[in-house]
Amino acid sequence: MTESLLALDNVWLALLLKVAAIVGFFLVAPLVVGYIEHKGLAHMQARLGPMEAAFHGIGQLPADGIKFIQKEDIIPANADKWVFSLAPGVALVPAMVILAVIPLGPGLWAEDLDTGVFFALAVSSVSVIGILMAAWSSASKYSLMGGIRAAAQLIAYELPLVLGAAAVVLQAGTMSLVGIVEAQNDFRILGVVPMWFVLPQALGFLLFFVASLAELSRPPFDMPIADSELIFGHMTEYTGLRYAFFMLAEYAGIVVLSALAVVLFLGGWYPLPGVGLPSFDVLFLPGEVVAALAGFAVTMGKIVALAFVMIWFRATFPRLREDQLQRISWLAFIPLAILNIVVVAVFKVVA
Amino acid sequence: MTDTLLRPGSGMLPGGPGEGMLVEVRGEGELRTQDMNLNIGPQHPATHGVLRVVIDLDGEKIVRATPVIGYMHRGFEKLAEARDYRQIIALVNRHDWLSAFCNELGVALAVERMMELEVPDRAEWIRVLMAEWNRVLNHLMFVGSFGLELGAITPVFFAFREREDIQGLMESATGGRLHFTYTRVGGLKEDLPRGFLAASAKMTRNVRVRNSEYRDLLEGNEIFKARTRKVGILPPDVALDYGVSGPTLHATGIAEDARVTEPYCRYDKVNVHVPVGATGDSYDRFQILLARIDASLDIIDQVLDNIPPGPVNVKLPKIVKAPEGEIYVRTENPLGQGGYYLVSDGKKNPWRLKMRTPSFNNISAMSYLLKDQLLSDMIAILGSVFFVVGDVDR
Repeated sequence: MTESLLALDNVWLALLLKVAAIVGFFLVAPLVVGYIEHKGLAHMQARLGPMEAAFHGIGQLPADGIKFIQKEDIIPANADKWVFSLAPGVALVPAMVILAVIPLGPGLWAEDLDTGVFFALAVSSVSVIGILMAAWSSASKYSLMGGIRAAAQLIAYELPLVLGAAAVVLQAGTMSLVGIVEAQNDFRILGVVPMWFVLPQALGFLLFFVASLAELSRPPFDMPIADSELIFGHMTEYTGLRYAFFMLAEYAGIVVLSALAVVLFLGGWYPLPGVGLPSFDVLFLPGEVVAALAGFAVTMGKIVALAFVMIWFRATFPRLREDQLQRISWLAFIPLAILNIVVVAVFKVVA
Repeated sequence: MTDTLLRPGSGMLPGGPGEGMLVEVRGEGELRTQDMNLNIGPQHPATHGVLRVVIDLDGEKIVRATPVIGYMHRGFEKLAEARDYRQIIALVNRHDWLSAFCNELGVALAVERMMELEVPDRAEWIRVLMAEWNRVLNHLMFVGSFGLELGAITPVFFAFREREDIQGLMESATGGRLHFTYTRVGGLKEDLPRGFLAASAKMTRNVRVRNSEYRDLLEGNEIFKARTRKVGILPPDVALDYGVSGPTLHATGIAEDARVTEPYCRYDKVNVHVPVGATGDSYDRFQILLARIDASLDIIDQVLDNIPPGPVNVKLPKIVKAPEGEIYVRTENPLGQGGYYLVSDGKKNPWRLKMRTPSFNNISAMSYLLKDQLLSDMIAILGSVFFVVGDVDR
């Protein structure tokens, strides 16, 4: 199966459906992760978390969203108004655009680009420009320092992220994200044991995951927003809906980078290594759709599991210092990532 | 120009447009970047209270740091001159709101010593018990907040879970959760409720078990070590010069503790262990805090073994008057040494009550500690030099 389910004869209808699907997923998935963060973090910290908004606080995030809309939208007097207003959008849109190339199930993708990995990684770093814009235009020293930290962090962590993904591309022999998922299903250790790339690429997966934490400014790499030092970094001066956009961008970023890790290393929509999805007809649903739905459920399960690990990290680790982070990146992660590529390349040629 | 330095090859690419040109580098040949002045506080999450630190930053490096205090000055010392001794006890447990019982104890001791009162044995033992519970309560707070400042958000919730239990215990005896006002001149407000000692013994076991959770969460954490080891080293002589005391002083290796050197109440009857550190860095200060919780629990256990039955109060006239004279009383408060200098002219209120509070001296060392540190380390230092802003300003 190499065609998107949404590839209809009518191009415009297909486009409309794709956009609707992406925006829908983009608005709902971060809420799921946000809810897990609320409750998971709470229970790790011996408290209950939100309990009042609907059943066990399930309506807390929509309620927060409505509250944010009602808040006054303050733009500081000295702020660069245009840049200040645009920044949340610039931070938010890349996460949505990446979703266009991520396959969430068999046939469940908007576009299967031949350069999918390249596209996703290139777009993902655009959101840092949004952070820099916010930091620079806020006319606040705390924001500025947060922005500088964010920029330094991006430079240090983009490389391990890209190099980790490059090793996967090397092994799969394709840059298409759908192709990589299929390649993982066909991969056999020593030609016998079916396995996803997470095992042969264990080092690469580790580097990719840690680098994506740094890219997202999640603990223990949350120096750009470090609430006990810089108040809230680039978000210090934001209120209301614009602030909500930044928060949405953060959680959408978690979803997107987790999804990328799932696609690159954890076998995408396949439930187990070497095991396919059910594709028989159920009642009025054709087999294709059943497989797509089952695949979507599996992918979401894996995304949520990765997001849970990120939340777990937040509950466990203190924050690193900026110079320590740089040292780890340049002296350990980048050499390791290059070593990983070399090893993968050698095995590829030998095998 | 005589002060021109000629440096061939400084920043010049071979074959580039500047090759062969004479380069003038003036001064020391280093780019000077402008320092940034930053006000941390008075409203800032890291100063837990309203401390203000004015820092000059060169990049992320602190060139100069000046703590500015006085945002929480409430004039307790002056106010005490217009209150009688019973009222003062309710007053002094407010300036350091995390060690309320230890503060009121100091004032009661001062008045009692001036009056040469013999306080009942049981009252003195209960004072030791309460002071130690208060110490645990205080240290738990700082264990939690220090983690929070370094970005570890979980310990503070764990700490508050224990604090809740201990506060409940103390509430059952004193009626207060933060401002206990349990001490009276000549004894205590009332005896302990039935079952308090058993509950107290159970609580020491609980807190000991949970103390190990903090060790797991923070002490053994690689990132925590990387953030605190060799950060904010306070040499012993500098600490003494600034009058730093309490856990911050103990971390430098000096075991000066008023409970040992000048025992009050029944501290001479119990075995007080004073944990000391080796290097005086932030990590040591944190370790001392955890070790002091264990040490306090040991003292509580000893009190529970030794506490005698009997009255907890002496009969006093309606109006307590300290005789004419002056006295200085030292107590070991959770944050360091508390001093109470009481001058009386024989009336029902003091002529002057001067308090020496540990936080004030601890914060004085801040300029020394913060110089040439990184902004991130400043948070690690602020969190580990233990102070309460109300205790600084009084």
